[in-house]
Amino acid sequence: MSTPLGPKAENARDFLATDSLLSEEEIMLRDTVRRYVDKEILPEVGAWFDEGVFPHKEVAKTIGDMGLLGMHLEGYGCAGSSAMMYGLACAELEAGDSGLRSFVSVQGSLAMFPIWAYGSEEHKQEWLPPMAAGDAIGCFGLTEPDSGSDPSSMRTNAKQQPNGDWLLNGTKMWITNGSIADVAVVWARADEGIRGFVVPTNIEGFSAPKIERKVSLRASVTSELILDNVRLPADAVLPGVASMRGPLSCLNEARFGILFGVVGAARACYEAALNYANERIQFGGPISRFQLTQQRLVDFMTAVQQGTLLSYHLGRLKDQGELGPAQVSFGKRQNTRMAIEVAREARSVLGANGITTEYPVIRHMNNLESVYTYEGTNEIHTLIMGQAITGHSAFA
Amino acid sequence: MCRRAHVLGLDQVVKLSSTMHAMKVVVCVKQIPDPADPGALDPETRTLKRDVKLILDESDSYGVEMALQLVEAAGEGEVTLVSMAPNNERSGLATALAMGAASATLVSDPALVGTDALTTAKILAATIKDQGADLVIAGSESSDGYTGTVPEQIAAVLDLPSVTAAKSVEVDGSNILVKRQTDAGYDSIICPMPAVISVTAGVVEPRYPSFKGIMAAKSKPVEEKLAADLGFEEDQVGWSGSGQEIVEVAEAPTREAGDIIEDDGEAHVKIVEFLESLKVI
Repeated sequence: MSTPLGPKAENARDFLATDSLLSEEEIMLRDTVRRYVDKEILPEVGAWFDEGVFPHKEVAKTIGDMGLLGMHLEGYGCAGSSAMMYGLACAELEAGDSGLRSFVSVQGSLAMFPIWAYGSEEHKQEWLPPMAAGDAIGCFGLTEPDSGSDPSSMRTNAKQQPNGDWLLNGTKMWITNGSIADVAVVWARADEGIRGFVVPTNIEGFSAPKIERKVSLRASVTSELILDNVRLPADAVLPGVASMRGPLSCLNEARFGILFGVVGAARACYEAALNYANERIQFGGPISRFQLTQQRLVDFMTAVQQGTLLSYHLGRLKDQGELGPAQVSFGKRQNTRMAIEVAREARSVLGANGITTEYPVIRHMNNLESVYTYEGTNEIHTLIMGQAITGHSAFA
Repeated sequence: MCRRAHVLGLDQVVKLSSTMHAMKVVVCVKQIPDPADPGALDPETRTLKRDVKLILDESDSYGVEMALQLVEAAGEGEVTLVSMAPNNERSGLATALAMGAASATLVSDPALVGTDALTTAKILAATIKDQGADLVIAGSESSDGYTGTVPEQIAAVLDLPSVTAAKSVEVDGSNILVKRQTDAGYDSIICPMPAVISVTAGVVEPRYPSFKGIMAAKSKPVEEKLAADLGFEEDQVGWSGSGQEIVEVAEAPTREAGDIIEDDGEAHVKIVEFLESLKVI
């Protein structure tokens, strides 16, 4: 065994030996996803980002076969993994690209989770097996053009007709996977409260134009959902929930994936900066010999290791059934902030090369701007935690 | 008497009966230091230090995948693994078990340190011989030692036909049809089973272990054996049993700058000449 503080590559990657906190199976799953990302995502994703495309069919099939879609759900073709394993997979996927992790988060935590938790037996039977296999893609419609951090102000409405059918009208915005989805879980205001609907996207009145001109999450499909008198049968409603608790519980699941995922993005930026600094020769030697560069690299490494420890701790709490929403906010807020700071500073270590997509750093940096905002902005998570420690709600 | 594999003439490639039967495929897998962090050569023994975490040699993952596909095509049967590794190392085996292999035999014995390729083949052959395999699959060469002889040596020790550099394998009744990669294209070969096949890297797309495969791998049986369990005396294995010695290790020469051909209107001629000198056209 190498000495823990010897000059070895493995110490640069895992300085505090955080692998010692993982089981053999967890390491194997982590390494498998890492190998997939190294082999099949990293060689391509710079070009996907440049071109604004995401080859969802191939990606969904491979990661479906690996059991990563809805992986922490039980039954109906889902893998039934621990939350920790789901988190580890998210970290490796996001070390590839936040768009890839977003795809998996939306599929598993936002589209499959509500069907699994609140859907009828028929909903589960119809949608979960093909979604787990990657044969069907899902999206989640909560945010609207005028309803972001305050989702309960949503305007999309569902009116039940005398024959029991539902009529949905409204517009959803910033919907990951929207244009490629086979099924949308759409939240709408009904007489009895906020209800979720399982909407097949080929239904009349439903359209999902892609949002163009993004400079973040370019290797990810983001869309608007337009519901224009979409008529759904009575049984399209998710029977298990009739309040904001429904969509918020989904967000809590997705935020958990993010608090792991962003550590992967930060690690990728740190490692890119470390490799670059070791290879870039200026003033007669590698720039990693300069004190200013070393301080930055050590700051990145420290931040990534702290983020790793935080994510592992929250993962264990979740598997013990003891993780509360405000603790998820702690992880999402802290690790996303950490990752975006590491990405920005790492970008500058790469100098001019850092502004190209030849290197992963600016791609991660731009992506993380979206991650900072979606699934609860930094500010909203601050207020959730503020309420948790003071007892005062400062949302309005 | 070794049964022979036959190279088919084009007119002999005929549709043969395609009766399926349960396939038992043994795959030889090597666990090697991660090429991304390969460690160092031991200056005394001039061999690679293997006291680091080992992984499944990627070139063997093709053999595992091909074996799994053959068993899936047969509808029933199983893939088992044999491996020889120091320190009871299993992490590479675990990867192959997670891909879908049913069980493994691991020969791990301090007495085996320094064992050469031929003795490795004899040891692997001894673990294979009573398994009742229809096929034995191995990578053409390992990604650390690169001797590239073990599969053929196993075939010789077991007195089985050996087909090298397989790019595809199909079972047809009691025979296998193999496409063997050549410089010019491929040979079509028919060969009776049991047989030993070496597969070329890149011919199939090895599956990633799934979550369920990873969780199942831990409970799959791995039988550990010592050299003595297989009937080997101490002086037949390890350094003392080795018929070869590494006498020198030298640094690879640094790459020299390539030739740059300026296009003065005749560049294409020079490029053709260059390619001809490499005998690639």
